[in-house]
Amino acid sequence: MTAETGTSERPAASDESLLPELVAYLRENRTGLREQWVERITAAGLLTAMTPDEIFSEVTAVYDNYVAALETGSVETLQAYARDLSERIIPRGVDTDEVLGIVLLLRDILARSLFVHYQDNPELLHRILDAYEPAANRIAVTVGVSFVEERERVIREQQDAIRELSTPVLQVRDRLVVLPIIGMLDSQRARQLTEQLLGAIQANRARVVVLDITGVATIDRTVANHLVQAVEAARLMGASAIITGISSKIAQTLVDLGVDLEQMRTVGDLQGGLEEAERLLGYRGEAAATDQRT
Amino acid sequence: MSVAILRQGDALIAAIQSDLTDAQVLALRDDLSERVGRHRLHAVIVDVSALDVIDSFVARSLRSMAITTRLRGAETLVVGIQPDVAIAMAHFDLNLKPLRTAKDLDEALVLLGERVEEDGGAG
Repeated sequence: MTAETGTSERPAASDESLLPELVAYLRENRTGLREQWVERITAAGLLTAMTPDEIFSEVTAVYDNYVAALETGSVETLQAYARDLSERIIPRGVDTDEVLGIVLLLRDILARSLFVHYQDNPELLHRILDAYEPAANRIAVTVGVSFVEERERVIREQQDAIRELSTPVLQVRDRLVVLPIIGMLDSQRARQLTEQLLGAIQANRARVVVLDITGVATIDRTVANHLVQAVEAARLMGASAIITGISSKIAQTLVDLGVDLEQMRTVGDLQGGLEEAERLLGYRGEAAATDQRT
Repeated sequence: MSVAILRQGDALIAAIQSDLTDAQVLALRDDLSERVGRHRLHAVIVDVSALDVIDSFVARSLRSMAITTRLRGAETLVVGIQPDVAIAMAHFDLNLKPLRTAKDLDEALVLLGERVEEDGGAG
């Protein structure tokens, strides 16, 4: 920009001063533009999860933050606000496309009003837009990214929570532990499960382990193979693993996948699994007496 | 000597104390299978609890040890496989079904005791 001295020295000098003018204009027309924005949001059917009053107060805050970000060129405050906002609205089911749609609506409304305001002076309008567009785009990106980051953080937290409460190890009798598995099994969880299983065998000197997968909805090939390996590893450590609660869907999947289930000892439900376990452990209780399976 | 071989009743107990070379593993296999036949033993217990690593060669040798001693009339039980080792062995593309296992020496002796009772009852 500094190289061009002769023909267009004015834009280089005045671009800096245009943003304050722009900001002043947006402050002046705050009420009108803000209302227009709310109308457009309502008309587009966005933010249906929130009441009109809530929309209005959030819109006011976003508008002010937006203008402030234009003025200072720093998006940090806006970013913090966007995070905070996301934290409040994500639990209410607001989607990413809604958030992006709203920010882009504001961008359009402001651009349109700039067009109207400066239409008599196309050259000035050009330079105003030159100043406005990059800043507005940066703001839109910031808000969108903040929202997505917040959402990912929530997802990560939930995954961690699920992972932590996923697999308790229950000692049922001497040398017998039960691992009830609830929720989705992915290969990372399956690997963790194997470690927990073997740790439990080591710690409780278990001779029989019952893996109850009643609470598992689906399974894929990788996880099925993990399961087979977990059972084999348990056997190598001197413990028998019994798998119970295989749903008909999972059974079908396992057959379709052609997983080698020969070495897996399976029993229909947890009760049957415990009876089988007691038989293996040599308890001659009622359960073992009535159990005629071989 | 990195393997202590003891005799306990009808069983031979081989406690591996430290990592073995491939040659030592094979020597151990032949030694055990030879003694089993000579002393008319019924069981071999191999304690691997001191091993942090069992590679596929050792795993395969343990398997063939189980098969050869069975042909000579004795059951082989491997005891004391560590959790990490168990995971690694399960990953080998190796049929380890012939390898019988128990948690530790105690358990192996109990298992063998049960078997003798059953055999006694049956015959």
